[in-house]
Amino acid sequence: MAPVVLLRAAVATTGRFPALAGVDLELGQGEVVVLEGANGAGKTSVLRACAGLLPLSAGEATVLGHDLRRDAAAVRRAVGLLGHSPALYDDLTVAENLRFSLRAAGAPAAGRAELLGLLERTGLGGRVAATAAGRLSAGQRRRLGLAVVVGRAPMLWLLDEPHAGLDAEGRTLLEGVLAEALAAGASALVASHEPEVVVPLADRVLTMGGGRVVRSRRGGRRRVLAGGAHVA
Amino acid sequence: MWRDAVLVAGKDLRIELRSRVVLHQVLPFGVLVLLLFAFALGPEHGPLRQAAPGLFWLAVLFAGVLAVQRSVAVEGGEGTRDGLRLSGLDPAGIFLGKTVAVVVELLVLEAVLAAGVLLLFGAGVRSAGLLVLASLAGTAGMAAIGTLYGSLSAGLRVRETLLPLLALPVLAPVLVAGTRAWQLGLGTGPSGGSGPWVAMLLVFAAVYLALGVLVFGPLQESA
Repeated sequence: MAPVVLLRAAVATTGRFPALAGVDLELGQGEVVVLEGANGAGKTSVLRACAGLLPLSAGEATVLGHDLRRDAAAVRRAVGLLGHSPALYDDLTVAENLRFSLRAAGAPAAGRAELLGLLERTGLGGRVAATAAGRLSAGQRRRLGLAVVVGRAPMLWLLDEPHAGLDAEGRTLLEGVLAEALAAGASALVASHEPEVVVPLADRVLTMGGGRVVRSRRGGRRRVLAGGAHVA
Repeated sequence: MWRDAVLVAGKDLRIELRSRVVLHQVLPFGVLVLLLFAFALGPEHGPLRQAAPGLFWLAVLFAGVLAVQRSVAVEGGEGTRDGLRLSGLDPAGIFLGKTVAVVVELLVLEAVLAAGVLLLFGAGVRSAGLLVLASLAGTAGMAAIGTLYGSLSAGLRVRETLLPLLALPVLAPVLVAGTRAWQLGLGTGPSGGSGPWVAMLLVFAAVYLALGVLVFGPLQESA
């Protein structure tokens, strides 16, 4: 089966600085790969490159079957990115932000009933749904960003510090929706500074440094196979 | 493209309804410009009437740049520009949607400024249809140029100061043709046919709308 993400000697620059200096990375279907490393190691750049937001200047890159260098628009439509700052309009309400994002993406969950369900599911129902996004706490903004990703139902989840700003309930919610997506065949690339939280969720952990992958090790995820067996 | 344009225009207009930045800041600015021109030209109605068309379009131009800056700023929040690129929306649809929203806002502003010109400057109306047609065409061109140059300067730290520098020289034909058409519509200028001026405004709007549809995508990528 073709990998969901395939980067070969991927190079990208932001301004005059090399953000990625020859990254090799492969992500299979249903797999969770965690990226760890110091600040500036290139974790966020890998996620942005895989989302089609950071153009590559050299190397090969395929995401969900699309050539990243030739068809970034198709990649953008197909992935779900939860970045540091969710794409929110402060003057619109929570419900309006979610509705706009999902309608723009042509997501199947853009109907009224689906939106309400999604808002309830992410703890943003009731009065919060009618609150301007500019009045939300950091954790609630994060939840709204997560609701957008869930609503888009992508086959590739790109999560940048996904647990940051979330309370215990929010973290449980995040891990729950991610587990559901993985069970449905999605894959995830997660950048995090919290190894104790994300390594148990990962099939593999890649350590980044200087814009490239410098080490790879197994994560702690145990996948449940049909019949109840586990694979480490 | 059209579906995306409607979606983006609806979103921008809803944001304006909530924030009322154009209503509470840009509109008073436009009225203030008209008043200051009136103070500068003195209390005599003659010179004011003569200058009314030009002053109207200058006030619209200055206020229009502010409205466009607001439209650009809406997408300038952390993550929103990336969000728009990730949304899958057609860049041409985004351009048209943002342009339509600015047109609607400017038409409201122009209605108030036109009333101000008629009341403050004592101008009369000879051809209301010509005034409306010139305003519609001029506003469409102005909004298209503003949105285009707004996207060009969107990623820059100096975008607030750069946008007027880029847009105002290009908008000079709108100022000239709009003023000439309004002179004829208000009966304050030399007599003649309004056709060439209205045609110039229409061609200008059509050219920049087409240009925006074609190049907005690449501009969005490079910003």
